[in-house]
Amino acid sequence: MLQLVVTEITEASPQVRTLTLARPDRASLPSFTPGSHLVLECGPSVNAYSLLGDSRMPSAYTISVLKLGAGRGGSRWLHERSPGDMVTVRPPRSMFPPMQKARKHLLIAGGIGVTPILSHLRAAARWGHQTEVLYSHRPGHGTHLDELRQLAPESLRCFTRRSEFHAALQESLGRQPIGTHLYCCGPESFMDTVCRSAEEFGWPEGRIHTERFGADALDPGAPFEVVLRDSQRTVTVEPGRSLLEVLEETGISVPNLCRQGFCGECRIPVTAGTPLHRDHYLEDQEKAADDSLMCCVSRAQTDSLEVPL
Amino acid sequence: MNIDLASDLASDLAPDLVRTFPFPFPQDIYRYSTNVERAGAAVETPAGQWGESVVHIDSEYAHELGERQAILGRDPSRMQVLPHMRASAWDAMLTIMQALALAHPEQMVLEREGEGETFLWTNRLLGIEQRFSYGDEDTLPDEPLTFIGAQVQEDIALLDQREGQLFVDAGLVTFAADWSFGFDVGMSFLEIHGPVPRVHQTGVIARAQKFLMRLQADAPHRRTNWSLTVGRRLDVSTETYPEWGPDRTRILTVDDDAFGAEVHLRVEVQHLVRLPESGSVMFLIRTYLLPLEAIAGIEPWRARLHAVLAELPEDMADYKGFIAYRDRAVQWLSARAPQEG
Repeated sequence: MLQLVVTEITEASPQVRTLTLARPDRASLPSFTPGSHLVLECGPSVNAYSLLGDSRMPSAYTISVLKLGAGRGGSRWLHERSPGDMVTVRPPRSMFPPMQKARKHLLIAGGIGVTPILSHLRAAARWGHQTEVLYSHRPGHGTHLDELRQLAPESLRCFTRRSEFHAALQESLGRQPIGTHLYCCGPESFMDTVCRSAEEFGWPEGRIHTERFGADALDPGAPFEVVLRDSQRTVTVEPGRSLLEVLEETGISVPNLCRQGFCGECRIPVTAGTPLHRDHYLEDQEKAADDSLMCCVSRAQTDSLEVPL
Repeated sequence: MNIDLASDLASDLAPDLVRTFPFPFPQDIYRYSTNVERAGAAVETPAGQWGESVVHIDSEYAHELGERQAILGRDPSRMQVLPHMRASAWDAMLTIMQALALAHPEQMVLEREGEGETFLWTNRLLGIEQRFSYGDEDTLPDEPLTFIGAQVQEDIALLDQREGQLFVDAGLVTFAADWSFGFDVGMSFLEIHGPVPRVHQTGVIARAQKFLMRLQADAPHRRTNWSLTVGRRLDVSTETYPEWGPDRTRILTVDDDAFGAEVHLRVEVQHLVRLPESGSVMFLIRTYLLPLEAIAGIEPWRARLHAVLAELPEDMADYKGFIAYRDRAVQWLSARAPQEG
């Protein structure tokens, strides 16, 4: 756990603030893999944000935070910080690394999803890797455009109209040399579109990488019951609430970290019922076994589940 | 190894080699398992302790580095970096420098000059003071992996993660125990472990790979592996088999004193580190050798090793390369049991 101080806040675009976080003594921070995220304790909630800046022994971490009306309030909390405030931060986690063997990196960003793409681009520039960048954003809401232009002067294309982005996407997907890897970050629906298009062009799954940190919250889901076998209690998980939250309220603590289905910390066994897996951690085979679930995001396909807690 | 030399070994053994020996058996029965734990915590043993740092320098430092240079001179294939692993090699070098500086702040210092790419590395044990610009091979006397490999007793293997697998795509491995880095480079983690008996049926290797693929940079882990070997030869790689292979039967012809001096428990402490920038997984493999006669000096170790060897299934003793003299080692250890009454 790191205790960092907010050293700078800048407006990156109308709804996005960039926060710079450093150690109080300004000593260097742990290096991170491009595309890594930082998990911050934001008052009442815990949120993950992609790291933007220099990845090698950095003197500060920078993140860009989109202000969201909905959600658990983490982004609002961060928007209320001022320079000098302290923030509790967990060390960087990597879930979206650049593939070292890639012949070329095709980087596709939608909206605030530009943040991990920026850190990929920085690494590619350092090691002389070939890149191409497509960035789709709302008019007037482009974020970090200056840095993108500086890092990818030749290959950056920005789009403010959906139709133009789609045409460029199709063209780009169709023309990439074999061995190109595709990295996409943005809202869920944006990533789904990009992945579907890539698959239609015959891109193998192993060359498509996504960072599912969209602005979209997960679907609130339907209510379900959970039988806590060992505690001999039954709890109800209402729509929009997580099983993890409900367990915590019941006084059952489950180790957890990202609370977004990425880190794998909050896996619990399931002894009856069928989970609705919504995490990005379990592998397909593990999901199919239906004998465990990540209780921070996953729900139930059946009316009730039984867990040995 | 010549027998006359070997009989002098125990008396020549520096005390720290016993004190910091990572005795690997937590119980009387040994089986393969995904035996990983967080790195960095010291483990108390009846003789001392080990494991407080990711890299470990002991009184064999100069000797082992000399040995490594000689091996590399004879066989340059022990150091390989596939082209896509260039960033990983730099990452490994910087990570090892940081680990050395943390473990030995008096002798090892890594300084960054400003916010830029220039670093100054000082290794007072070897009298090295090297200024380099990160990512620029021209600013180092050797490739980054060769440069740092000449300053740690650990062997280094770098694994690239892609397509849901790990591939051993770079490394500097001079002290391989019955395998060949030059042969294995470019292979997947699963392929490399192909010959190991039992581990596939039990899912140990698949689980280990899965674990490694989820390893995060802030959480280095470690595991131990072990075997028996004849002499203090560190390079028992497949390439040099003609040199050391015959020792496995020759050892049956020596007397008991020579047997205890020559037969060594060989322990690898492997640190598993996610390199922070490249995302590669680094294995630091440090090899420790302790002769049976030194093990017999620590009664709990003698008794435990005796139990483990006596129980070990044939196929495992065979794969580990000491089936020919396993029974003799069991007898030897048994004869050193303290007399009752």
